[in-house]
Formats: sequence, structure tokens, C-alpha cells
Amino acid sequence: MTLPTLNFLAILPLLILVAATLLVLLADLVVRNKRVLTFLGLLAVAASLAAVLLVRPAAPTFQGMTLADELGLFASVAILVATGLALLLALERTSDFTRRPGAYVALLLLATAGMIVMAKASDFITIFLGLEILSLSLYILVGFAQRDARSNEAALKYFLLGAFASGFFLYGMALIYAATGSTNLAEISKGIASHSASLPFAPLLPIGVGLLLVGYGFKLALVPFHMWTPDVYQGAPTSVTAFMSVATKTAAFASLIRVLAAVWSGDRPWLLALAGLAVVTMTLGNLAALRQTSLKRMLAYSSIAHAGYVLTGLAAGNDRGFEGALYYLIAYTFMNLGAFATIQAVQRRDQNDVTTEQITGLSTQRPGLALLMTVFMFALTGMPPLVGFFGKLYVFSGAVQGGMTWLAIVGVINSAIAAYYYLRVTVLMYMGGATAAAGDIPRTGWAVWTTLVITAVATLALGLWQQPWMESIREAVTLLALR
Amino acid sequence: MFLFVVFALIALAAAVGVITSRKPVYSALFLLLNFATLAALYIMVEAQFLAAVQIIVYAGAVIVLFLFVVMLIGGGELDDIGGRNKKFLARLTWPRGIALVLGLGLLVAVGYGLLSGQLMTATNDAAAFGQGSVQAIAAVLYTDYALPFELASILLLVGMIGAVALAQPPKKD
Amino acid sequence: MPEGYLPILVMVIIASAFAVIALGVSALLGPRRHNPAKDEPYESGILPFGDARRRFPIQFYVVAVLFILFDVEIILMYPWAMMARRLGLFGLIQMGIFVAILLVGFVYAWKNDAFKWQ
Repeated sequence: MTLPTLNFLAILPLLILVAATLLVLLADLVVRNKRVLTFLGLLAVAASLAAVLLVRPAAPTFQGMTLADELGLFASVAILVATGLALLLALERTSDFTRRPGAYVALLLLATAGMIVMAKASDFITIFLGLEILSLSLYILVGFAQRDARSNEAALKYFLLGAFASGFFLYGMALIYAATGSTNLAEISKGIASHSASLPFAPLLPIGVGLLLVGYGFKLALVPFHMWTPDVYQGAPTSVTAFMSVATKTAAFASLIRVLAAVWSGDRPWLLALAGLAVVTMTLGNLAALRQTSLKRMLAYSSIAHAGYVLTGLAAGNDRGFEGALYYLIAYTFMNLGAFATIQAVQRRDQNDVTTEQITGLSTQRPGLALLMTVFMFALTGMPPLVGFFGKLYVFSGAVQGGMTWLAIVGVINSAIAAYYYLRVTVLMYMGGATAAAGDIPRTGWAVWTTLVITAVATLALGLWQQPWMESIREAVTLLALR
Repeated sequence: MFLFVVFALIALAAAVGVITSRKPVYSALFLLLNFATLAALYIMVEAQFLAAVQIIVYAGAVIVLFLFVVMLIGGGELDDIGGRNKKFLARLTWPRGIALVLGLGLLVAVGYGLLSGQLMTATNDAAAFGQGSVQAIAAVLYTDYALPFELASILLLVGMIGAVALAQPPKKD
Repeated sequence: MPEGYLPILVMVIIASAFAVIALGVSALLGPRRHNPAKDEPYESGILPFGDARRRFPIQFYVVAVLFILFDVEIILMYPWAMMARRLGLFGLIQMGIFVAILLVGFVYAWKNDAFKWQ
């Protein structure tokens, strides 16, 4: 037995988050003004972000349990930005739905920690632990509005289906372990490459990968594993929905990309399976979104569709597609968080949702909010020059390059369908006469404004200015070394 | 071998008891018997740490939680679970059909693994201390798996905060 | 099979035999004379009402979950206890971090009255 040397620098962002959580929990017991806790959380997120960007540790760390590569860095930044914005979003409204703002901030930070672990994990054991930490925190956060029956229902549904998905994960991991003799992604990759035919239990490998894919499908809300999404997104407090709809996707997709890169054999059947999953996910998500009257439900179905677009990039099976998927995740983080932030700004204090009726004629009451919502809707539709357009452009061109022109065509048709319900929101805001009483919309505080402005500016700017960080994406994908 | 068969039969009988009992409390107690016999089986294959986990966590804590939950929701007697009086095929609704298929799939997968496989041989610490022994687990858990070990404490922390946040009535102050 | 576990096996057999014999013999030898008053749960004359299985307060749940969490914590400490000497300071620090994180959770639960019966 030899004692290892631990490279704590490699997990510095994680350490900061966990330390801050402990501090928040203890401060919650003594501090009277609970807003301090949110500021503490924001500070931790900023420090963690700085650690991610400034401290570049050498590769494999902690006995190959995590990686400190470009993909991990990329995902960490996206996740931390989402957390920071979600904390700002909740700052003035936490007391609307909970009497435990301290626990709320702590769980948000722990969920972030879990996501970062998952995005950087290079071993099934760490992937699973990260997944469980993030899932468990989110189950609790979804049910945080205890006086709201929908929130309770959402938490229960999410928990039951999430636990089920964890079972698929574990079983898939166990079978892959049985087939290759390791839980480490690098070892698995080596094992498959060196003697693909002579592995002890070779047939177990595809079954294991398939089960893992089902697990990821549940977490990413891919059709046919999406049933929980609308209820959970609608029932959860809006700031939680905003956070989980974007950050969970980033973490799970980053991890999925890693797993795929490890078990990758470039087999056409696998790519076709992913492509099929992408097609049904996009189509069903968009079609179901068409007839929603609740904005949160509409965005829930739209988030399913967007997961389908990202999956298109993975199904392409080439560098271009993976780059597109990563770009899309960043784009989605800002535009979707912005859309949910606007919902939160419009929703009444005693409500947890906004109907299409309530936003009719919003432009006359709140021109600022209506304008920002329009920006987010245009971005989600995929209008140039906003981020959404480039995201779609990259994943679809990846699909074309990968010899799946039909997939790109399906994607474009889907974007056209989606335009209907996104633009309908805009039309209602500008054309309809005001129906909701002006007093119903609470005053928008500075924190929500800050969130809205940051997301809107990013939605615009990251589309126009993408040279430097596209390079970082390219490097991330190159380092994955797809076979 | 004799002991193995005895314990395996008890475990099987207990498992059948779990799913056929009408009273949830009896089901939970049958599950306890099942867990205890499984622990004995673990000891027989020299997985001593697993046996300890089985007794302390599963038989000790999980069953207690089950019983608590049964009492929380007021578990009376389940009358006629899914049409006990009907014929077998009539009772085979589609969720049960899927469960049956998945269960058989599990059996096939495990059976295939056991029959076709060569077992990985113990190396390093596992060989030195005896595979499955508590010492062998300790030798890797706190060194190679240092990060997962600490992450486990974070997972437990999430559970603690969650229990308090969701179920504990807020302080009156 | 590890022979060291033989005493436990013997104890298990004796314990089950005791339970089976005690119940079995009384069932075989005891006289069975039923009458309505005797079949009442309590013979003291108070008429039973309601269902014996009533809903329990949610607070039991908090206690049960916290119990499970600390149970798991203990099982993760157990291997360390077996190897504490060999793991030395390294293991001690590892365990220190582990316990510190859970201690904060414990203090949080404690200060929120999770251990106090309301």
C-alpha cells in the first residue's frame, strides 16, 4: 500500500464551493439578514470561476478520478455562470416560496459542485457520485416551494424517475466494468482498443453502453425518457427551473461526450441510434410545445427540443459536430436562463408560473421586459446574429459533414416549427391588448435586472464575438481524441 | 456447499415472502430476513466488508426506514393486490410484463457473466490482505479512491440538509 | 469459507431454535378456549375504536433519515478504523475532512431542532 500525493489544486473550484456551502450553513444559524447568504454564495461562485480560469493544474489528477482538461474547464464555466445568475435571480424572491433561504443557497452550491464533478469526472465512480450529488440537490430544490402542491408533485415525480435513471446508470456501469475490468474511462478506452474481440465479456459492452445512454437520456430529458420534464419544470420554483434546465444539461452532456469518446468505436449503428434519438426528441418536443398555454411548460418542451439539437451534434460523430454541441450548450445557457428570468420577473409573487394570457400586451405595461423576452425568443428560434443561430448552424453543418444531411434537414424543419410558438409569445406581447392588471406584475428589482441584462448582452455578444472562445472549444474537442 | 444451499433457499423463500405478503409490515420483515441471509452468503464468498454493510446499513437502517415509511403512510392490509383471484395471464398487466422481461434479462445477464467469464484475479493490496477483506477495502478506499470517499460525505450532507429543509417544521421565532 | 464466523452461525441457530421452540411448544401444548371477551385486544373493558395503524407525524421521518445517514457514515469509517495505524496521518486527515463536512450538517440539523421533539 502506497499513500498517494493528492493534487488539491486540480479540484480547487470544487473545494471553494464546498467550503462556501459549509460557511453558508453555519452562517444561516446566526445571521438574521438572509440576503447575506446569497451574497456569500455569489462570492463563492466568483471565486470558483476565478479558480477555474486562472489555476491550470497538470492533467490526470486524483488517481485518474477527474480530469482538468479543456472540456472540463468549459463545462465548469458554463455551470458556474448559470449558478451565479440563478442566485441573483432568486435573491429578491426566495422568501416568496421558502422559509429556509440558507438551505436553498447551500443546495444550489452543492448541486453546482456535483455538476462540476460530473463534467470533469473520468471514472465511472466519480461520474456517478457527481450525478447523485447534483440529482439529490435538485430533487430537494424542486420541492422547495412547500406550500405549492405542484412543487411537491414535481419533486416526487423527479425523484422517482431520477432514482430509476440512476439504476440504469449503475447497471450500465456494472456491465461495462464486467466487460473491460475497469471503471476508469482511459483504461476502458485502452482495453477496447487493444483487444476489442478478446475482452472477457465482449457482448456486455454494447448492452452496458445502451443502458448508460438510457440513464443519460433521463437526465437530459431526451424522448422517450422526457415524461417528467414539463411537470418538474413547471412545478419547481422558477429560479430553480432556470438553473436546472441549463446547468444539468451542460454537466450531463459534457459527461456523455467523455463516455462516448472513451467507448467510441465510430460505429455507424451507434451514430444512427443517437441520430434517431435526436430526431424524435426534437420533433416531439417542438410539437408538444405548440399547444401549451403555460410559459414554463412551453419552455420545458422547448428544452427537450434543444437537447435534441445538441444531440444532433453528437450524432454527427465528427469534431465539427462536437464543437457545435459545446457551442450550443453555452448559447442555450444564456438564452434559456434569460427566458426563465423574464418569466420570474413577470410572475406574481403568489404564483409560480405565467400563462400566455398574462403576457398578452406586456409591451404596454413593461416595455423593457417585453423587449428582453423578444431577444430571448428570437435567440431560441435561431435568428441571426444571436447565439442560437450559430449554435444551430454548427450542429447542423456537423451533421451534414458527417454524411447525415437528412438529420440536418429534420433539424431545420423543426426550427421552423419552433419559430411558431416562440414568435407567438412576441406577437402576444406586442399586438394583444393588455389583459392582466398592471399591479399584478411585481416591481423588478436590481438583481433580476442584472440577470436579464447579462443574459441578453451575452445572447447578442457571444454570437457576434466568438473567435477566442471557439478556439477553446476546438482545443477541448481535439483533446478528446476521438478515434 | 451445504450451508450455501440452506442460506440460498432461505433467501429465496424470504424474497417470495416479500412480494406475496399482504401486509407491508410483513413484507419489510421478510426483506430483513432476506438481507440477513444475503449477508451470510457474502461471508461465505469472503466479502466480509460487504457483509458488514449488508447488516449495518441494509438490515439495520434501510429496513428501519421502510418500517417508518409504512407507518407514516398508515400501511394497513392491501386488499387483493392486483386481482389475486384472477388467472395468472389476466393478472399480467403490461407494467408487470415489462418487469418480468427485465427481471429475466437480469437473470440472463448475470448468469451469462458467471458461466462464461474468467474472474479477475486479485492483485496488490487485495491479494495481500485477502480480497474482500475490510483491510483490502481500506487500502484502496482512502488512497486511490480518496476523492470519491470525500464526495460521499458531500452526498450525505445533501441528504441531511434535504431532510431538514423538506420535513422539519420551521422554527417558530 | 472463513471458519471464524462459526460461533455466529451457532448463535444464530440457537436463537432461532429458541424462538421456534418457545412459540411452537406453547402453540402445541396450550389449551385454546375462545370467547368474545378473550379475543378483544384488551380485556380491561375499554372498547377498541379506530385503527391501530394511525399515521405517524412527519418528524419520525426526519429522525429515520438522519439515522440512516449517520449509519452510512459509520460504515465508511469502519475500514479506516481497521487500518488507522498503517494509514497514519494521511488517513487521519482524510477522515478529518470527511467528519468535518458531516459535522456541519449535524450542527445544521441540531440547530434547526431536528433532534428536539415538538
